[in-house]
Amino acid sequence: MIYAIFCYHPEDVIGAWTKEEDDAVMERLGVVQDKLREQGKLGPVARLLPTTAATTLRKGRDEPIVIDGPFAETKEQLLGFYVVDCASLDEVIDIAKDLAHANPGIGSYEIRPASIFRPGANLI
Amino acid sequence: MSDAGWIDAALTAARPQAVGALLRYFRNLDTAEEAFQEACLRALKNWPKNGPPRDPTAWLIFVGRNSAIDGVRRQAKQQPLPPEELLSDLGDTETAIAEKIDGSDYRDDILRLLFICCHPDLPATQQIPLALRIVSGLSVRQIARAFLVSESAMEQRITRAKGRIGSGDVPFETPGPAERAERLAVVAAMVYLIFNEGYSAGSGEQQARFPLCEEAIRLARLLLRIFPTEPEIMGLTALLLLQNARAEARFDKDGSVILLEDQDRSLWNRKMIAEGLALIDKAMRHRRPGPYQIQAAIAALHARALLAEDTDWAEIDLLYAALERLTPSPVITLNRAVAVAKVRGPAEALALIEPLEERLSGYFHFFGVKGGLLMKIGRASEAREAFNRAISLANTAAEAAHIRMHLDKLARD
Repeated sequence: MIYAIFCYHPEDVIGAWTKEEDDAVMERLGVVQDKLREQGKLGPVARLLPTTAATTLRKGRDEPIVIDGPFAETKEQLLGFYVVDCASLDEVIDIAKDLAHANPGIGSYEIRPASIFRPGANLI
Repeated sequence: MSDAGWIDAALTAARPQAVGALLRYFRNLDTAEEAFQEACLRALKNWPKNGPPRDPTAWLIFVGRNSAIDGVRRQAKQQPLPPEELLSDLGDTETAIAEKIDGSDYRDDILRLLFICCHPDLPATQQIPLALRIVSGLSVRQIARAFLVSESAMEQRITRAKGRIGSGDVPFETPGPAERAERLAVVAAMVYLIFNEGYSAGSGEQQARFPLCEEAIRLARLLLRIFPTEPEIMGLTALLLLQNARAEARFDKDGSVILLEDQDRSLWNRKMIAEGLALIDKAMRHRRPGPYQIQAAIAALHARALLAEDTDWAEIDLLYAALERLTPSPVITLNRAVAVAKVRGPAEALALIEPLEERLSGYFHFFGVKGGLLMKIGRASEAREAFNRAISLANTAAEAAHIRMHLDKLARD
């Protein structure tokens, strides 16, 4: 079975870390990742930029609308994710709109740039 | 990370919101600061034992508020202090408080806190230390080091600044939309000043002043979090990130300035660049250009060029022209001249800056640029004259050393 692990943390606290503290945490996480990589269990890994860099596409009954900022509702649940490589925010928004149109339900698509991305092993 | 490290980071992160809320409650800056200090002391005692609260900021506001009220009661000798456990064991109360204060009040609290530091009676040399002390919570010693003055001189400067903004003037009513926008612009300008204080430091001072840049970025991100749809705040944050990304590449090992086009671009911080580019991309979609966005867009063009030769100077020229229209200033025209020299040659750039000489007669960079342009078109003696003027106006040893390099080159050729 393929699992996804999502990491939720207080970003203002992490933003207050010094570079040394941040580096130390990344190094410790690296040790965990290396072990998984050797076992062939590790797929893609990403560290996302702060939520201030986020944009959200909201789809109600009408045409989806673009909102600055992260996804902030509690009545929808995280059901999936995509990783895409795009030249601009406009291009990602267009992709999210295609997804929104293809899906008959309502929902939101939070668009977050990543600062670190490692593709990882081909799991299947 | 150790307990102490985690708690320290949490207290720093909570500070602007907590002090801002306490200021709204007590309407007195000293009382608000003392209340926050007291809450931090209790946090240091409690959190390692009981684990961190779910919402540290709400905890600090609640405990700070109670402790200050206790202080007032103690002074009035009316009532004994409630037992510590009662304050610490917040349980459900904490959740309720968190919900109550997690509204738009927060935004105005933080903005007010920053805004009072920008009091028009205060010169920038006092505004910035005050903001760093009150909002960022840097110690007087840290601020003194960043401003290269003694601790006691800085202590005095901050005390004087606090005295001047006397709490009578502090605007406590909730601002209307126009007033809020005005406050935001003033505060954004101060954040930019803080950054420049750090960024304009010479290499020797770099170590001490660098925290100013990081602090400015933290404040810009904070503003963006409370005003997530303001394109100029996106632009400001992007601008600071894109400039700061070059920090490691700006000086050689002898402390001389390395110009943008000669920098080792592999030393640029790619993570900061990614965040800056993402923000400017977001800002542009609003189609409401402003000075910070345009400057960030210029910085973004530099950041996107992997080699100096790949720089899109024509686009940079256009952006500077737009910036000139929005905020006319001889310094902007001077910057534009650098792009013009690349696109249309040094002679045209020289013609653009010559009319500025009178207004920029005390400006180091003017004579640096002028000398460089004259050198390129072979007017060596005039170039030498301009470079000598530049050296006499240099603000740091590194600036002077850089110009001397040009003079040496002229002497060799």
